[in-house]
Amino acid sequence: MAKVPVQFTLNGSEKAEFIDSGTTLLNVLRDKIGDTSPKGGCHQGTCGACSVIIDGELRLSCLTLAETCNGATITTTSGLAEGGVLHPLQRAFLDTFATQCGFCTPGMIMAAKVLLDHTPDPSREDVVEALSGNICRCTGYEPIIQAVLTAARANSQNAA
Amino acid sequence: MELRKDYFADVRKDDLHEIGQPRPRSDSPGHVTGRTAYFADRNFPGMLHLKMVRSPHDHARIRSIDTSEAEKHPGVVKVLTAKDVPHNVYTILILIQVGPEDETVLADGKVRWKGEAVVAVLAETERAAQEAVAKVKVNYEVLPAVFDMEEALKPGAPVVNEYHGQNYYLYDSGECRKVRFGDVDAAFAQADHVLEQSYQSSPIEHAPTETTGCVVAPEGNDRFTCYTNTQAMFFTLDNTSIILQMPGSKLHFVGGTVGGGFGGKVDVIVEPIAILGAKLTGRPVCFIYSREEEMQISSPRAAEKVVIKDGVMKDGRIIARKVTGYTDAGAYSRHSPYGAQKGAGHYPGPYTIPNVWIDTYCVYTNRTPSSAMRGFGVTIGDFALEVQMDKLARLIGMDPLEFRFINAYRDGDMKAHRQPTEGAALIECMQEASRAANWPVAEKYMAMSSYKNGA
Repeated sequence: MAKVPVQFTLNGSEKAEFIDSGTTLLNVLRDKIGDTSPKGGCHQGTCGACSVIIDGELRLSCLTLAETCNGATITTTSGLAEGGVLHPLQRAFLDTFATQCGFCTPGMIMAAKVLLDHTPDPSREDVVEALSGNICRCTGYEPIIQAVLTAARANSQNAA
Repeated sequence: MELRKDYFADVRKDDLHEIGQPRPRSDSPGHVTGRTAYFADRNFPGMLHLKMVRSPHDHARIRSIDTSEAEKHPGVVKVLTAKDVPHNVYTILILIQVGPEDETVLADGKVRWKGEAVVAVLAETERAAQEAVAKVKVNYEVLPAVFDMEEALKPGAPVVNEYHGQNYYLYDSGECRKVRFGDVDAAFAQADHVLEQSYQSSPIEHAPTETTGCVVAPEGNDRFTCYTNTQAMFFTLDNTSIILQMPGSKLHFVGGTVGGGFGGKVDVIVEPIAILGAKLTGRPVCFIYSREEEMQISSPRAAEKVVIKDGVMKDGRIIARKVTGYTDAGAYSRHSPYGAQKGAGHYPGPYTIPNVWIDTYCVYTNRTPSSAMRGFGVTIGDFALEVQMDKLARLIGMDPLEFRFINAYRDGDMKAHRQPTEGAALIECMQEASRAANWPVAEKYMAMSSYKNGA
């Protein structure tokens, strides 16, 4: 089968791959590039574990064809920490015990990051709404909601 | 967190430094940075994808299997049937002498539930494997099926599993696990009220976000590394050793990182066939359940039926409790004989009752095999017991919490299983629950203690 070239920026570095047409971004990130932080939980757009940020918007990488990402800027959870320093969301997820098995965590952090990028001072309802596309089967969600609110507070204190 | 140090002050140690202190989890830094390596994060060059042909019938004889078209499908490397599996009939708990072996890795002559694995296809891509699965032709003769435990126990019901011969697990105690304590019939005759109620539950799927699976890599020296999300590493290693007739020294299992389990990943299902595929092809193999398989194929919590008959006095004492429990194993044992046995060990609940009769049955039906899930054998029983406790309290016009104080077991009480109660602390838990829930009880109950002499 003829391959399709695809080129995008992933967590600040240029990536270029030849892929089979129809390959999902999730499979390209995981199997070709080796960024396994997006997880495949359902491969049908219902669990949110594969969430990534494409040009500032939250996207399900399992439903996104990689060939539609040419020229895009893509962020995944593995690219959030800078110089070994955790992103405030990562710090807050640690401090509030918002991870158990950890499988949903990268997707949750992506959804939370897009929320805080657009809404720096979210209400609890904003957080619940922002995480509503991400399934967690361990925590019961409450520690995750608290983590996002904690990270928002930390951001506003740093800004003040 | 509040620690009530006034409870058990004479036995508690005050030099504890960890209890009540938050401590970071050692695995969380990997989780929040996306660095934690789950089994499916391992990728090997030349890795094959394994997909299963599954039974569309609840109960059927297999007349013939034709894999010729599937084998010719582009990308297909190997097609496996029952004859390829060295020791095809197994049961997980054989490791602790709970037999008989009653389940096939790949169906041999018969299928006993809708979704049972019949033929395994290994191909270069997931898509090729899936397409070839559709080309396997299986000729079935459909047999009568039974889905209800009471129907399955009736004479003349279709026999689900010939390895058992009857539709219940035969314990060394007979057709069920039994507890006999005191004389329930005499106590029912003396009771002010007798209440018999029936409780039922449906199967429950764990629905972990990470589906069941494994990745196997041949090491080139007849040894195989299996990356797996099993919750039962050594059960899986030892059962794989039996099924493949390979010494454990040839099997290198890597695990411990599980993307949600809740008991749903304790069965030995994906690893033996994936390792066999790697052995027969010399290639790495991944076998990962789709979300549909996770929901439809992986073992759920068993459906249960619990019948409770209680004799209660107007003053609140339960003087007799008879429990008959039924656990729906589905078509195969897996962990259900143990689950049903746990029920027998758990009833009559945390209460001191002088006359107790318990029967718990493990029943076979043509439903998806059930297995472990958080507190299996106990959780549904507790639901039934505590709803029954509320009904009993209402029956005699007593506050449901005060009713539980009267019957709560205390240290030194003899349980129906002939074990004296130790370290109960139930009274104290209920006192705290009364405060926390703002559900006041009379002062005499707040003055009670789990210590015999304090009550």
